[in-house]
Amino acid sequence: MSNLERLLASFFNPDVALRYLPRIAEGMLVTLGLGLAVIVTGVAVGLGLAILRALRIPFTRWMIVGFADIFRALPPLVIIIVLYFAFPYIGLSMNAFTATWLSLSLVLAAFAEEVFWAGILSVHKGQWDAALSLGLSHWKSLREVILPQAIRLTVPPLTNRVISITKGTALGSVVALHEILNVASSGASEAGNPTPLTLGAIAYLILFIPFVWFGRRLEKRFAWKR
Amino acid sequence: METLIQVFFNPAIVAKVWPFLLQGFGTTLMLSALVIPLGLAGGLLLALASTHASRWIRGGAMVYVDFFRAFPPLVLLIFIYFGFPFLSIEMPKLAAVALGFFLNTSSYYGEIFRAGIESIARGQMEAALSMGLKKRQAYRHIILPQAVKNVLPDLVSNTLEVIKLTTLASVVALPELLNNARQAQALTYNATPIVLAALMYLALLWPIVRLMSLLEHKHLATR
Repeated sequence: MSNLERLLASFFNPDVALRYLPRIAEGMLVTLGLGLAVIVTGVAVGLGLAILRALRIPFTRWMIVGFADIFRALPPLVIIIVLYFAFPYIGLSMNAFTATWLSLSLVLAAFAEEVFWAGILSVHKGQWDAALSLGLSHWKSLREVILPQAIRLTVPPLTNRVISITKGTALGSVVALHEILNVASSGASEAGNPTPLTLGAIAYLILFIPFVWFGRRLEKRFAWKR
Repeated sequence: METLIQVFFNPAIVAKVWPFLLQGFGTTLMLSALVIPLGLAGGLLLALASTHASRWIRGGAMVYVDFFRAFPPLVLLIFIYFGFPFLSIEMPKLAAVALGFFLNTSSYYGEIFRAGIESIARGQMEAALSMGLKKRQAYRHIILPQAVKNVLPDLVSNTLEVIKLTTLASVVALPELLNNARQAQALTYNATPIVLAALMYLALLWPIVRLMSLLEHKHLATR
């Protein structure tokens, strides 16, 4: 067998590919569901925390900064392993999906809070003064005047964070969540052939390449004019 | 409370596993010290390629960057580590991990450096060339120093991500901190080693998070 034939037979074996395609497709659905759940939870919690911080309620500030620091510093895989392997020792068991979802959502929330907060800070202080002097309440100024301007600025950095953290769904494979990577690598060892891994890789490209391109376009659109 | 300390921060277990975790911590640092410079160098080359005059070189760099940004790094690592032996290419663990991380991080660093280079007005290059500098010299002395300064917060932020990335090496049983912590947890039937490892990661990475926040706010203020 020539080298090329051997390469094709091991990485692009049609028989193996056909056999494992349905399982990879199921894994794709899990990855997609988990990814969407993480994005919705993480962005919502992050925005909520940034708003809370902007309302300048005493003591909340330090708690929010502490939360954001801890979950930006800890590697996501460490958080998943703490939730999945350490918490059961105190009677708090959760399944692989919940552990992965919760970990990645906490990480995304921490980064999103910082991005939204930076956006809020970057809106000129005069806007606050103007809104308040028009008789708007603190909350209304934030909602009607500050946030709409702040959120525009946060779109490109937030998109990049969302992509990189959503790719972390692959970490669920470590706690045996049946997402793409997990079914692909167990398929590869079962079949004694890496074709399922190739399928898995293609599945990730199908899911994430559009995101990466979308992020690129956003960056161009929102780029500072030279 | 008593039981909580017993299972989450048991002093006897801390004393027992500390040397083993410290060893893992050393490997984590070593791995970071290997991957960060490699990623920076690769990223710089990619950035120069993606701002190159030739359309083909630009396109090639962009395909590389998009491809490896779309792949979860763990998928890349598993592919290299479990897939390559099928081509009769046996790779040492460290080489597989370093290659996987390099492909991933260089594309991220590449995007950051590219944004930095593009933030410098074209006139700077024209001015440098008209003063008799060679293109190479212009990049080295005029363009890159300013470019790096403009994207410093992003560089720090990505470096933080690279160090966090090293935890993935535990999946192929490279004896870094997370791997050793999980082994110790399995041997002691106790959560203390994992909690201790998490605290060690926090001790290492929290200062970088603070630095990142500081740089970002400074950046915002000077805009």
